[in-house]
Amino acid sequence: MANMAQAIRMALHVGETALGVKDIFGQDVGAPLGGVFTATQGLARAWNAPLDERGIIGCAMGIALAGDRCVAEIQFCDYIFNTIDLLKMAGNTHWVSHGNYSMPLVVMTPVGAGIRGSIYHSHSFDAWATRLAGWKVVMPSTPLDAYGLLLSAIEDPNPVLFLKPKALMRVRGEELLPGEPSDERELKNMIDAPIGDRTQWQAKWPNLDESFRVPIGKAKICREGDQLTVVTYGRTVALCVKAADELKSEGVGVEVIDLRSLYPYDWKTVRASIQKTRRVVFVNEDTEVTNFGEHLSYRVTQELFYEILARPRVLAGKNVPGIGLHPNLEEASVPYYPEIIHTLREVLAEVP
Amino acid sequence: MAATKKGKLPLPQELCVQMLQLMIKARVLEERLIKIYKSGESYFWIGSPGEEAWGVPLGLLANKGQGIQHDFMHLHYRCTPTLVAFGMPMIDAIRLMMNRATDRSSGGRNFSGHYCYPEWNVVPVSSPIEVQYSMAIGTAWAQHREKAKGITIVTGGDAGTAEGDFASCLVWSSRKGQELPMLITVQNNRWGISTSFEGQHGETHIADRGKAFNMRTAVINGNDPIETYIRLKEEMEYIRKTGKPVLLEAQVSRLYGHSSASGANPIPDYDCVREFTSLLLKNDYISEGEVSKMYEQFEAEGRDAQELARGESVPQGSEIWNSVYVNNENADWRNF
Repeated sequence: MANMAQAIRMALHVGETALGVKDIFGQDVGAPLGGVFTATQGLARAWNAPLDERGIIGCAMGIALAGDRCVAEIQFCDYIFNTIDLLKMAGNTHWVSHGNYSMPLVVMTPVGAGIRGSIYHSHSFDAWATRLAGWKVVMPSTPLDAYGLLLSAIEDPNPVLFLKPKALMRVRGEELLPGEPSDERELKNMIDAPIGDRTQWQAKWPNLDESFRVPIGKAKICREGDQLTVVTYGRTVALCVKAADELKSEGVGVEVIDLRSLYPYDWKTVRASIQKTRRVVFVNEDTEVTNFGEHLSYRVTQELFYEILARPRVLAGKNVPGIGLHPNLEEASVPYYPEIIHTLREVLAEVP
Repeated sequence: MAATKKGKLPLPQELCVQMLQLMIKARVLEERLIKIYKSGESYFWIGSPGEEAWGVPLGLLANKGQGIQHDFMHLHYRCTPTLVAFGMPMIDAIRLMMNRATDRSSGGRNFSGHYCYPEWNVVPVSSPIEVQYSMAIGTAWAQHREKAKGITIVTGGDAGTAEGDFASCLVWSSRKGQELPMLITVQNNRWGISTSFEGQHGETHIADRGKAFNMRTAVINGNDPIETYIRLKEEMEYIRKTGKPVLLEAQVSRLYGHSSASGANPIPDYDCVREFTSLLLKNDYISEGEVSKMYEQFEAEGRDAQELARGESVPQGSEIWNSVYVNNENADWRNF
């Protein structure tokens, strides 16, 4: 099974060969490295940009204004903050020009904790991203979803922010990508750049299904249950699934929804689940004050207040300025398994 | 001015008269916009009186059209003269100023001078003073990649060069072997709202910064339309021929202050429209009667356009979700 980095790479290959992507660029995106997570190795259209985030986003916007498709990368979301007004502008260009210009571009950036990345390689961006009106925001938790969501993002006529949970980049999926060789060693030999001299190396791309898509705005139910709904995305999906499985062994049914798209989001799926379970927890790792889960929680109180049996909860990163390097600090700052299952048990135990 | 001796101007009479006509039109239009602001029919004015001698030649020389084979225009909010030279009717600027639903640049959403014309590659003008310098990299890159005929032209004020995007533009456009076909311009009116040039610049000329990037540079008198036309033509030909960038600084006047924010009142300074008119009169390129007729014609056009715009519909609150996404795909979370 492909890991997420390989899945992204394969989606970008389809993008450049079948969907008109002319430029894939960012810091260390081109040869020889092919991205710090290797997600852009072997791509014909990949090139290295100057180490200048504003230049990268501005360039992507200009390429879009010129009518071409591109995928730009900010190496870590921790370094995207100095581009925030350009991101705002990319989101408002279609609106402010009254539809005269559109901004069809994809910006991908690794997010979140989980690799012992310290202060500037552990940040999240989803709460910030959802405040960028005019953008679509997606965040896969599996290689297959990464592949399908990235293809949808490339095709979308609007700016799309593709958030890559960095802790999952090396995690293999449980489902084959359509067209992916079943032997993961075979895939590795085909598309992973060799160690050492890469000057003569070229990727041999598998015969991928170019039509496969994960639609933007569609959530996925990862576990079905009827006593509690957990809405999450990115790195915390697997942790919530693990918690659901443990609670299932105790006879408790927890429904886990991987939102996948943060904006637009699949309220119909979320709402239907909460109406069934009547209890909900929103889990993500961005900081907890003005967290995206708070918006969803607010909506629950507005629309389902009289149907729920427990207070909606948001379990998110602590509102501290950074993620400390030592594991004790990181695990106290962002949701990890013990805190997740503890919170789920609390909500399940709450008596109205 | 480039020459004062009768009959010895370095550009043909027809071109000089055309430039003067467009400069007067741009000036009359801007003064009309200020009147609209001062009469309470608009909320804010920002514009370009004093930059006509720069903006009109730029508009005449640009390869106007849509797509990468034409020039991309990353303009800032003092570029009405360039749009006038492109052929923009006055009513367009007035509708934008009066936030009419008929405003074709923004549908009543944006300030005066914030133009947008896809058919001329005029990408949306925005209020931040620097972002156009980083976005221009992208259109120039697309033109470089496709070896297109068009170049990318970016304008901005002297104060905006303090921002990092200006440095980005210099870095990205000058990389060896990957030079970009860009005319990077700075209109130096020596002010950033109320901050003087000396208050934020140590360099003698802003254009000197290009030298560190091995970039061709030029400093021109942007108050002289003849010098501007000749120098812009040379620099554009160089860019079109070599595919390499030029950093050009044009020294201009700011005749009505920064914007409504500073009162939009006349401030004595070198007036390029008045001086160019005198020059053409002195050289018998035009008569006083013809100049008067130009003013009358453009005053009438502006007055009639304002009258027309006054009666036109305005945007409705129900339209705020329009064009958030392409094809009006729903962007309102209430309807997800």
